[in-house]
Amino acid sequence: MSNIIEGYLGVTPDTRKSRLPARLDWWQSATGLFLGLFMWGHMFFVSTILISKDFMYQVTRFFEGSFIFDEPKPILVSMIVFIVFAIFIVHAALALRKFPTNYRQYKIMKTHTVVLNHDDTKLWFVQAYTGFAMFFLGSIHLYTVMTQADKIGPYASADRVVSDWMWPLYILLLLAVELHGSIGLYRLAVKWGWFDGKNPKAARKRLKKIKWAVTVFFLTLGFVTLAAYIKIGIEHKDNYGERYHPSKIVKMPSCCLHQGGVV
Amino acid sequence: MSNITKGRELTFSILKYNPRDPESRPRFVEFKMYETTGMTLFIVLSKIREEMDADLSFDFVCRAGICGSCGMLVNGKPLLACRTLTADYPDGNIQIMPMPAFELIKDLSVNTGKWMDAMSMRVESWIHTNEVHDISALEDKVDPDIADETFELDRCIECGLCITSCGTALMRPDFIGPAGLNRVARFQIDPHDNRTNEDFYELVGDDDGIFGCMTLLACEDHCPKHLPLQQKIAYMRRKLVSVK
Ligand code: SF4
Ligand code: FES
Repeated sequence: MSNIIEGYLGVTPDTRKSRLPARLDWWQSATGLFLGLFMWGHMFFVSTILISKDFMYQVTRFFEGSFIFDEPKPILVSMIVFIVFAIFIVHAALALRKFPTNYRQYKIMKTHTVVLNHDDTKLWFVQAYTGFAMFFLGSIHLYTVMTQADKIGPYASADRVVSDWMWPLYILLLLAVELHGSIGLYRLAVKWGWFDGKNPKAARKRLKKIKWAVTVFFLTLGFVTLAAYIKIGIEHKDNYGERYHPSKIVKMPSCCLHQGGVV
Repeated sequence: MSNITKGRELTFSILKYNPRDPESRPRFVEFKMYETTGMTLFIVLSKIREEMDADLSFDFVCRAGICGSCGMLVNGKPLLACRTLTADYPDGNIQIMPMPAFELIKDLSVNTGKWMDAMSMRVESWIHTNEVHDISALEDKVDPDIADETFELDRCIECGLCITSCGTALMRPDFIGPAGLNRVARFQIDPHDNRTNEDFYELVGDDDGIFGCMTLLACEDHCPKHLPLQQKIAYMRRKLVSVK
């Protein structure tokens, strides 16, 4: 009953405003924070290919549970991706509340962004566009990795990028993620005043600088990494589907030594 | 009289429109004028009205950045026209538009008063207290820092520049806007006001209030009084998100 009352009248039976808008605002921030930080970690993992194929292989094996199991357990990766996918969907749903939802709203916001020429307002538009793009780009990637978690590795990933034609999607996704993520984390910090200190204006300037540094860093790292996979993928085209076998024992913490890296 | 050097020639492109006149069409009209020292847009617009177009509407009262009645978009930026110098526009081309977000009265004149009144009513912009005051007795002391903080937020002149610069307020006309959230913060901080965070939640605890703010921070960057909007909106968000 209280649901119906609030639904139609806009107040709960005790004539209070619903606490849900507060919760939604909080969850939008929380899921955004998680996804933003997750993407930093993710970028470091995939970029291990720049160090060596062996190292990337070991990192992959680690996520497949090499620290506990002898056999690779890609289901562990699937489970992590499932959780990330769920958070991603929740974040997208909550962020929808902020989108322009009709012609008039879009038109005035677009005009305003151009006319006002204000940095953070323009960045918001970038966030809206990249967020929209990721509904699709992100979903494709997440679903693929979730259902094919056994096909991650120096060759398998490179094959996916090149022979399975994922590289165009990855270029777009990389741009979208890095822009959206760094802008989003910056906005989160100023939105809640986390680093305000004594002088919030100065803090914001600093955060903005850091934001740009982070964007440039991760975009560079991302594109160099993608290039590395593309190179491997092209070289490996004729052996599509063949899995990587590590060339030497890579030094791992003792707990993982029995895995040895020699398969 | 002969050798007073003329200043550079300025070109003004001004939006003219009278929404109450069915014949009127919104259009930009150009005016040219020679610059004089210390020329402000108040001088420019007054001159245009006196010498070129008696029909041009705009508002000024104090001419000193105090009353908040002369907000306009100058080359896209929300500014107090009385405090805006033509000298700040090196190429001499200045476009002036009325502030969006407010009801257009005519040309550059908009009804910020109506908006601000509605906002004041909505956030119940007055001290709420049950205490009965003996006006002959000394008032209770207030911590000077808290008094400063309250008065700082009281410096809002209701010019509306923050509302005009806020993309959220433009997209969603029911959004209470930075000036509204600033007002709530002002009473939340003031120890004279007995309202609790729960009470403030009832006023602005929704997507038309604090949770509608998307932190675009154009308010912070355009407030002519440099009110700490970024900080106070974040403060209200933290307070109201934790209301049980
Ligand atoms: S907060 Fe600043 S910009 Fe907004 S109405 Fe008040 S003085 Fe003007
Ligand atoms: S005329 Fe009063 S602020 Fe400009």
